Formats: sequence, C-alpha cells, structure tokens
Amino acid sequence: MVTANHLIWVPVLPFIAFVVNIFFGARFLKERAAWLSVATSTVACVIALPICWAVFRGAHFANDFTWLMLGTTPLKFGYLMDPLSATLLFMVTIVGTLIQVYATGYMHGDPRFSRFFAYVSLFMSAMLTLVISNNYLLFFMAWEIMGLCSYLLIGFYFEKDSAANASKKAFLTTRVGDIGFLLGFLTLFTAIGTLDFAQMNTLLAGHVGHTALNTGLLSMAALFIFCGTIGKSAQFPLHVWLPDAMEGPTPVSALIHAATMVAAGVFLVARSFSLFMLVPNVLPIVTAIGTITAFMAAFIALTQNDIKRVLAYSTISQLGYMVTAMGLSGLGAGTFHLITHAFFKALLFLGAGSVIHGTHVQDIREMGGLFKKMPHTAVTFIIASLALAGIPPLSGFWSKDEILLSAFGSGNYLVFGVLLLTAFMTAFYMFRLIFLTFFGQARNHDVHAHESPALMTLPLWCLAVGSVVIGIPGSPFMHHWFQKFMAEMVHYPEYEPSAVVMACSIAVAVLGITLAFVMYLKKTTWAPAVAKKFPSFYRLSFNKFYFDEFYVTYLIKPFHALGRLLFGFDANVVDGGVNGTASVTMFLSGVKQWIDTYIVDGFMNFLGTAVYFLNSVTKRFQTGVVQNYLLLAFLGFLVFIILELKLT
Amino acid sequence: MIAIPLQHILIFSLLLFAIGLYGALVRRNIIGILISIELMVNASNINLIAFSKYTSLSPETGQIFALFVIALAATAAAVGLAIVLALYRIRKTVQADEVHLLKW
Amino acid sequence: MTSHILSWIIFTPLIGAFTILFVPKSSAPLIKWIALATTAVVLGLVCHALTLFQPGLSGFQMMERTSWIPQFNVQYLLGTDGISFPMVGLTAIISLLACLASGSIKERHKEYFFLYLLLETGMMASFLALDLFLFYVVWEVVLVPMYFLIGIWGGPRREYAAIKFFLFTLAGGLFMLLGILSVYFAATPHTFDITQLVGMPRSLIFQQVVFMAFFLGFAVKVPIFPFHTWLPDAHVEAPTPISVILAGILLKMGTYGFFRFSYPLFPEATHWFQPTMATLAIIGIVYGGFVALAQTDFKKMVAYSSVSHMGFVLLGLAALNANGFRGAMLQMFTHGTITGGLFLLVGVLYDRSHSRDMNGFGGLGAKMPGYAGILTFFALASLGLPALSGFVSEFLVLLGSYQYSKLATGLSTLGIILAAAYLLYMVQRVLLGKLNPKWASLTDIKFVEILTLAPLMVLIVVIGVYPSMILNYMIPTLDALLKTLKV
Repeated sequence: MVTANHLIWVPVLPFIAFVVNIFFGARFLKERAAWLSVATSTVACVIALPICWAVFRGAHFANDFTWLMLGTTPLKFGYLMDPLSATLLFMVTIVGTLIQVYATGYMHGDPRFSRFFAYVSLFMSAMLTLVISNNYLLFFMAWEIMGLCSYLLIGFYFEKDSAANASKKAFLTTRVGDIGFLLGFLTLFTAIGTLDFAQMNTLLAGHVGHTALNTGLLSMAALFIFCGTIGKSAQFPLHVWLPDAMEGPTPVSALIHAATMVAAGVFLVARSFSLFMLVPNVLPIVTAIGTITAFMAAFIALTQNDIKRVLAYSTISQLGYMVTAMGLSGLGAGTFHLITHAFFKALLFLGAGSVIHGTHVQDIREMGGLFKKMPHTAVTFIIASLALAGIPPLSGFWSKDEILLSAFGSGNYLVFGVLLLTAFMTAFYMFRLIFLTFFGQARNHDVHAHESPALMTLPLWCLAVGSVVIGIPGSPFMHHWFQKFMAEMVHYPEYEPSAVVMACSIAVAVLGITLAFVMYLKKTTWAPAVAKKFPSFYRLSFNKFYFDEFYVTYLIKPFHALGRLLFGFDANVVDGGVNGTASVTMFLSGVKQWIDTYIVDGFMNFLGTAVYFLNSVTKRFQTGVVQNYLLLAFLGFLVFIILELKLT
Repeated sequence: MIAIPLQHILIFSLLLFAIGLYGALVRRNIIGILISIELMVNASNINLIAFSKYTSLSPETGQIFALFVIALAATAAAVGLAIVLALYRIRKTVQADEVHLLKW
Repeated sequence: MTSHILSWIIFTPLIGAFTILFVPKSSAPLIKWIALATTAVVLGLVCHALTLFQPGLSGFQMMERTSWIPQFNVQYLLGTDGISFPMVGLTAIISLLACLASGSIKERHKEYFFLYLLLETGMMASFLALDLFLFYVVWEVVLVPMYFLIGIWGGPRREYAAIKFFLFTLAGGLFMLLGILSVYFAATPHTFDITQLVGMPRSLIFQQVVFMAFFLGFAVKVPIFPFHTWLPDAHVEAPTPISVILAGILLKMGTYGFFRFSYPLFPEATHWFQPTMATLAIIGIVYGGFVALAQTDFKKMVAYSSVSHMGFVLLGLAALNANGFRGAMLQMFTHGTITGGLFLLVGVLYDRSHSRDMNGFGGLGAKMPGYAGILTFFALASLGLPALSGFVSEFLVLLGSYQYSKLATGLSTLGIILAAAYLLYMVQRVLLGKLNPKWASLTDIKFVEILTLAPLMVLIVVIGVYPSMILNYMIPTLDALLKTLKV
C-alpha cells in the first residue's frame, strides 16, 4: 500500500535512473536506457497518483528534517502535499511518463540515446522535487537543476552552433531571473525569518490588513520572486530564450519547454500566493507583464514559419495568460490553465514532433496535405488546437474562460479586451498552422511523409483524451470543484460565471478559425496581400519585435566590451602599476649602482692600487731561493746580537 | 779523568755551527744543505751536553734534551729527504736556486 | 603518536622530503612513489586527527606547546579548531591529488618532489601555528619552494611570474611582520601566543594601524583587488599541480589569516573596516567576473574566476554574522575543491594539445565525452549550481551579507550571473560546436586523471547535498569568534 512516506521515492527513482544511465547507459544499457527511465517514471506515477487522490479528497501531508542551520534558525527540507502540489504532481507524473514513452520512439537510433534519457530522468527528478518541496531553498535548488537539464537538452545536438548558442542563451537568460528569485527569498527570509511555505502561509495569513510586517520589504520580496517567474516562464522581457530553445529534441520541447518547467514559474507565483495577496501593489505589475507577454507572443506567432517556433510563441502567450490570471488574484484560474495547457501543449509539441519525424522538415511552407498521410497525428493535433483555441467543451475553453472571467469580474476591461484579442490571434495562428500543414496541396514533393510508429501515436491519443476531459473538474459540470479545491489553501476572490464572457470567448475563437480557413485554404492570395498592406506590423511580428537584436547590441556586446576594457585596465593600469613599481625600483637601484661603482667601490679600488704599488717594491725580497731567506734570518740574528751586546 | 774546560767545548761547537751555517748558505745542492743543517743541530747538541755537565744540578736534563733533538733531527732529515726525492721526481733537479716556486 | 599528531602532520612531509634526498636522481619512479606515499600518509594522519577532533568544542584542540626561543618568549605552539581543521583537511587532500597529477613533470624529479613536500610542510604549519612568530616563519617557508616550483618547472615566462609572486607576497609579509612585532611589544607580558593575545585590550588607533598591516599581508595572498595581478601570471606560468596548490590552498591562507588573526585580535578595527572590506569584496567579485569573461586563455580565465570567487569569501567575512562566516568558511573549502579541479582539467587538456587558447578548441564534447562530462561538472559547480557545494556556500554568504547590506548583496549577484556567463562561454568554446580538425587525434581522459578528479567530485556533491556534514565542524568555532567580535 502506498503511504505518504513513499513520496520521497517519487523524485528519487528518476534520479536513480539518471545515475545509472549516465554512468552505464552508453556502454551497457544502450536502448534499454529508455526503458529504465520510463519504468522509474511510471513507478513514480503509480506512487504519486494515490497520494494525489488522497489530497484531492481533503488529506494533507508534510514531513521534513533539518538540512542546514541558518544562523540559529533550522532550515528544514521535506515535502508538502497540499492542493497545489497534488495538482502539479498529478499532471507532471502523467505528462512526463507519456512524453518519455513517446521519446523512446522519437529518439530511436540517436547516437547519444542513453544520455538523452539520463538528462530527461534528471529533469523529472528535479521537477518532481520542485513540485513537492516544502521551502524556497529546496524549490530553488530543483528549479536550477531543471535549468541545467534544459541547458543540456537544448544543447543536445551541440555540434550545431545554433544549438550551442541557444542552450547558453537559455541558461543565462533564466539565470538573470533566477538571481532575482534568489534575492527575493533572501529578502523574504529577512522579513519573516522563514523559508518554509507552510510557515509562511500561516504567518502571512495572520497579518492581512495589519502593518505588523514590513510591507515594503515584502513587496520587494514579491517583486524579486516574480523575476524568477519572468525568467523561467519566459515572460516579457526575458522571453527570448524560449523560441531558441526549440533547438532541442522535440520531446524535450514538449516536456520542458511547454508542459512542465516553464509552468514552474507560474507555479512559483501560486506557491507564493499568500505573499502576493499581502502586497497588492505588486499584482498590477504581474498583470501587466502577463498581458503584454500574452499579446506580444501571439502577435509574433502570426507570422512564424517554423512549426516548433509557432508553438513556442504560443506557449509564451499562454504562460502570459496564466501570469495575468495570477496578477488578477485568480489562483484557481491560473493553476487550472496551467494544467490544461500542459496537456494540450504537450500534445501539440508531440504532434509537431511526429510531423517532423515523418517529414524531416520543420518549415510549414514545405508541408501541406499531410492529413491523409498522418491521420493519427493530424486528428490529435486538431483536437489539441481546438482546446488551445478555446472551443467548448474542450479543456482549454474552461480554463481560458476562467481567466477572462477574472479580468472581467475584477473590472479590468482593458486587460479583458487584450486577452480577447489574444484569444482571437491564438485561434488564428493555430489554424493557420493546421491548414498549412495538414490540408491543401503538398508544396514540397521531396517530402515523403509517413505516419509515426505506435510508440509515438499512443501517447498522442492518451494526451488527446486528457486534453478533452481535463477541463471538466473546473467546469460547471463539476460545479467548479477545482477552484474551490484551490481556495482551501489560500483564499482568493471568486467571480460568478458570466454568459457574456463565454459568448465573447467562443465568438473570437470561431472568428479566428474562420479567418484562418479563408486566408489559408480558400483565398490564398490574401495572406501576402495583408503582409504587404501593413509592412511595419508584418516586419515587427516577423522579426519578433527585434528583441534579440536589442539585447545583443545593448547588453551582450557592452558586457563583453566591459570585460575586455577591465581586462585592459587590469593588464595596463593595475599590472602596469606593479610593473611600474618594479621599473622605478630598477631605476633607483641603477642610481645606487652608479654610486656603488664610482664612489664606494672607487675608494676601495684606490686603497687596492696603493697597496699594489707598495707591493711592487717589497715583493723584490721574495726571491724564492731558500738560502736567501736563511741568509736574511742569519743577518737579522746578527743584528739582534749586536744590539744586545751594545746594550749591555 | 782530565776535564776539558767548558770554553774549549764551546769554541768547538761554535766552529762546528759556523761550518754548518756556511754550508747551508752557500751550497746549491739541497742534500748538502740538509747535511749542513745536521751539523748545526749537532753543534747545539754539544752545547746542551756541555752546559748540562758543567752547570746543571741534574746532568740528565741536558742529555734527555739532546736525545730529543737527535730524534727530531732524524725525522726532519727523513721528511727533508722525502721532499727532495719528490722534488727530484717532478723537476729533475736538486739544486736549491733552481727551485724558486715561492718567487714573486 | 596521538599526543603529537599535529607535529606528525607537519613533519611527515619533511621526513619524506629528506628521504627523497637520499634516493639517486635517476630513479624517478621511486621518488614519485615516496612523494605519493608521504602525502597519502599525511592524509591518513589527518583522518586520524579527524577521529580525535571534537566538533562540539569551540576552543583549540590537540594543542602542543614547547618553548622555542625562550629569550623572546617564542613558542612552538600548535593547535587546531573548526577554522583551521577544514583547511588542514583540504591541504592534505589537495596535496595528495596534485602529487598524483604531477605526471606532467618531466625533468628534475628529485628537486621537484623535495620542494613539493617542503611546501606541504609549510602549508600545514601555517594552518596549525598558534604562535605569531612561528606563523610568520612558516608563512615565509611556503614562499621559497613555491618560488622555485614556478621558476623552474613553469611556462615560458616563469621567471617573471615567480619573481612577481615572491616579491608581492614577501612585501605583504613584511608588513605583517611589522604588525606582529607591534602586537608583541604592545602586549604585557610580551608574547606571541595567540591564545593569550586574544582578548587583551588595545586602543582603537593601534588596532586600526596594525589591522592594516596584517591586512596588507593577507590581502596579497587572497588576493584582494588591487593586489591580485600576481595571480594570473603565477597561475598561467606554474605547472598544473602547482596551480592547483596555489588556487586550492595558498589563496586560503589569506582569508584564513583574517579568521585566525585579524578578526579576533582587533575586534574594533574589524567593525571599522567592515564597509571597506565589503567594497573590496564586491569589486573583486564583479571585476574578476568581467575580466574572466574577456579571457581567451583557459587557465587565465580560471585564475580570474578565482579572484571573483574569493570575493565571496571576503563578502562573507565582511558580513560579520553567523551565516556570512559559515558561507565564507565553506566557500574557502569548496573553492579549493572546485577551482583545483578546474586547473587539473586545464592541465589534462594542455598535456594533450599544448594549447590553452579556448578559441582554438571546439567540439571536443564529441571527441572526449568523459572529459567533457567532468569539465561540465566542474564548470557547473563553479557557477553555483544547487546540489553542488559552490551553491551552498554562495547562498550562505549572500544570506549573511543581505543582513548587512542589501546593496552589496545585489551587486554581488552580478558576479553570479557573470560566473555563469564566462563558464558557459568557456564550455561552448571548448566542448560544443564543430570539432576543430586540428584536435581530431586527442584522446579522452585517462584513468589516472579521473582518479585525481573523482575525490573532488565526490566532495563537491556530498557537501552540496548535505552541507551540515562539514559545517558542523565549523559552526561552534565561528560562533565563538562572533562572540569575540561582540556582534
């Protein structure tokens, strides 16, 4: 029987798979590496689901041990199973396992097959740790390890320069946000003296409306923590890494860069929700960032031609939705959308992967008419797109509707309008993608498409079913059970369902799909005409608002230049000072040497010369003939005798 | 026993010493010089014995000294001859004025 | 033996050194084995001392006291505590591994290993001496073998580097000597005994002046900006194992000096100096990071990254609180393991390619997968990836400094981003991308080389996963030090 204490096995099992695969994978396991990863992930799923089920029915688990002493405060590591973590755990284990099954087929024959599964297992381990972690530090550690896995997997085909660059970009961009996050929880620790989620919730819940806590410090903490979200969830202005991250293998894009890791940023806000509720002045910033991101990314997605990039911008846009929901105090709506999005976006990426696997091209302009050749892929892809576009009764409709309702209900009509516009664009670009890919005529006859093996289509269908039904717990059919379930944890404002919002939502979705149908299937001349009509908009969208160019010109180049400048400073000024000191010392010692040579030594040499001169006289006595010496001795003796005689 | 007066003995030893000194100063052959030095040493030996006999309260003192001097002279001669031998091996000469290594 | 364990630790390498003198020059393998055995025995002795060490105590342990020069009250006084013992352990480990990595030394083995073991004696004694005079003597003893090790077995500019290193450190050391003497003469009775000197009242101005004198001595060693320029030269020119020793242990002698001497002897001056110390730390962190980013020479990059990472130790020292001190101590230990490992890896690559130009490499990840994995591991450890030891120490330092100054903490985080930037840039230039055909014949890392790196990796992971294991040894002493400082 599974008990809560088995929960630690959930992250540990994939970690074991990582260790085994990284050390023994390439040499001994080879293709079996995949099965090890899938098996551990499945077992983790089997352990996790009953626990999640128990939490859904009202249970609550926590356990910890002291890991480190921060001053005199113990920092306890452990797990915390509350509604939020149970929901995420449910999603991550299921989606993660399915994607790994898919990857087994997708990565078949890759020379670094086992390494891929090692990294994926490490990622699963980190993600699961993050989900069940009970404090900010453990959360952050898992968060960073996920970043590492993302780095390793984006750069999986590191022989390609673009992949190497993209991996570095991803790591560094998210790192900027991560540092904000780190500072955020340091600030939080200074303000409330704990990093524990449960303790924080209790502490902050008691202080709503009071001034006992330093709200300035708390606002700062919330703002900094939100920086982490901006980095990880690819929000404006740090969203630039996510599209490039598509250099990684497609299952990775699905797992890390669509379903789980990027959602961790939203999860972070949800985790800190009691903090954000306490500092209402931060929430508008969150809303603004989310809305801008949602709109901007959708706008860029309109003109992209790489199938994965369209999906990547779509992901950014949807993450913007979730963040907006959080900013509007919609914890339930945001989390709900996180879950539904994970299912249909994972499905979309896997579908795209299936298309790439079958056609070996990524540019949608070279596809077309694939429906007949890849029926399973096409049908599941369309289901997911419908869910994303927000067509009832698919899951995406319910969750998106909740977010729109939050905006509408709270009176933020501007946000509401922008989100509606975004929803329209979402429907449009998704169906542009579908019509260009699966319908019409095949545009490139060198492409010989074939349907992917069952190992890949089976996960597609599983996720498709998920995309359809996962919205039900938050829909009126279950009386918004999910939102109430979330509210058990932290209270947040809820709004009455509105028919107006639903009608608007459905209308823009249908409108978007229709427009795409007309432009890309019926009147194919319209699209270039529109692009010509609004050239500046088109360029702005096609060039992604010139963000990359901006960063390269104004951030990366100056950083490197500053590095070189300081190195020059180091080599010339600081080291120059050192060498200058040495030169001055050498000069002074030169002066001293002159004095030494000509004055001190001069005197000594004079003495020497004088002695030498004397010597030239006296040395004449030194004949070397022994008898001369004897004679001298004898004469000396005689002199003494004579003196002696004279004296006496 | 007819006692020879002290003065006689002293004059004898003086003569002996003078001969030795002369030899040491003028002979070129190193062996000759060595022999001359022996003469001087023996002259002093005679003096020692004579003074011991005529002036000392215990005549043995002078005799012992004389014995010492004889022994010393023997060793000095041995060392001297060894040096001469070595010198001859290197320089092929035993002439004192041809060996002036200590010259300036 | 148990009663004189510290003396044994100090003199065992010396015995080994003199044993080597009796081995004929031609039998190089025997010399190597003797050196290796000696360093291994020292590690064994340190492990033995570890069993005797009581982590709960805050005072000095295993003390040995003998009068040395009674006329001046100079004593041979040894002892260890939670500050010095981790350093002794680090010295023993790094010495053994660097000795193992000395295979790249191809000439004059006898002199090399003699000097090497002499160096170990000096380092051990520096960490164990509790008498200021003795400390000064062994501090200088370290310099001499180091000078020759760089100057004889170094790279093309070895003489310049060796002389620069020697003069720099000697000049700093002389100021320290002045400081030591003034402390000696100001104390009643005149003594060099640190256990008696701590707690004696001293006037503020005296403290400030003498603190500065000590500071100059230690600052050169750490090195603190602007006294750091000997470091890149010495590192680049020194042979690999000596770079490892230099980065792994010698730099720590500077920060150790602050913990052991400057802080407890001059508590008021410490408070007075706190802002300056923090400023210098920040400059070191950011400046070192930027300069490292601009490097093309692999070894020089690691050298400048040392400047940046040692800045974190200083920042922890400047924080003057429990977390900052713990972070600083832990950073001293982890920096020794991580940067030591990076230098070993530079050496591995240099032995094969005779090049250190990062721009000239590329794509080695496919050619040398083992090497690539280990290099990536150390790069990640160095940039502070959680679950590896560098993260814990940097986190503690930041937590400590945050309580002191938010601005300082904020600025120092720039150093963390820079660390990620220059290390990943390095990884990309060396390992990723297309393989440069020039290096197609390079072979992967050998077993012996892995043997030198594996213990460091184990340490990095173990400390990163459960830091309390080593922190428990440090905490009582550091808390006692904080009490001395009256914080």
